[in-house]
Amino acid sequence: MTDVEPGTLTAVADVAAALCLLAGAFLTFAAGMGVVRFPSLLARMHTVTKPQVLGLVLLLLALALRVRSWSAVAMLVLVVIFQLVTAPVAAHLVGRAGFRTGKVDESELRPNEMDPGAVDDDR
Amino acid sequence: MSPPPSRRGVRRRLRRLVGQWPALLILATVWVLLWGDLSWANALAGLGLGAVVVLAFPLPPIRADGRFRLVPACVLAGRFVADLVVASFEVAFTALRPGPPPQGAIVRVRLRNPDDVFLTLTAVLSTLVPGSLVVEAQRRTGIMFLHVLDIEASGGAAGVRRDVLRLEERVLRAFASDDVLARCDLPRPGRPADEAPRGGRDDAGEES
Repeated sequence: MTDVEPGTLTAVADVAAALCLLAGAFLTFAAGMGVVRFPSLLARMHTVTKPQVLGLVLLLLALALRVRSWSAVAMLVLVVIFQLVTAPVAAHLVGRAGFRTGKVDESELRPNEMDPGAVDDDR
Repeated sequence: MSPPPSRRGVRRRLRRLVGQWPALLILATVWVLLWGDLSWANALAGLGLGAVVVLAFPLPPIRADGRFRLVPACVLAGRFVADLVVASFEVAFTALRPGPPPQGAIVRVRLRNPDDVFLTLTAVLSTLVPGSLVVEAQRRTGIMFLHVLDIEASGGAAGVRRDVLRLEERVLRAFASDDVLARCDLPRPGRPADEAPRGGRDDAGEES
């Protein structure tokens, strides 16, 4: 794909790549800010799963638009898939471990429908 | 792969290899993608390594009562991408805006169908997409506990339940068999977006 005429098509791809890079960098930055600013473990996990994932996807998309070689794009797609599959699982495990070991301040959660008494009683 | 070559064991392994051909194919594809070019050597090495992985790390078979539907799957994928963008920017702005952090909450959602595959898909997607994070999931009953970052912006506990049930409905429409759909009370020709009142029915039973 590198033999595309160096005309409008490559210019459009470059501009799109630049926009994706900027948006991805912004989201990744915001994810870092969230980890620092949010007060609780569970709230921090939100920034790890959403802005961070989309930020990485956008950065890799920009890379694909700029590099324009199929083997590189295939590898980037692989990275995106694994990121989408593993990030929620990792966040879930961290959150669950925090909950079970009492690292989560449950008084700050309103409503908290995880009352031990409310679990499992209706079926 | 060399230990006691009793005939039964060999046959059992062969059957497992044949039975798990999708896993074999996926592993080979990943191997080829990692090397970055498609050649016979890469494809065969991928298949060989895949066979080793399938035999050395056996997993229980996935019992899925499902079939693939193209149009609902496209609806699911399209909504997923749109929701991912919206959710990401929402969380990003929540992280950056000045002022105190939003009010978090734990919401309990009972899914229509507790089958492993659909429960897993719904849980993964609902962690990535709306403002929620799965904290605990019970396979037996199909109940998920979600942490919500900003309960007010998500429309309260009822709003979260409605969103997750709609997401599950899109997953079921894309991948579940007709049997499952009928059992879950989802008519075939409907559109996911028109099902607003259906989510409310499950809510009523939950406020015990």
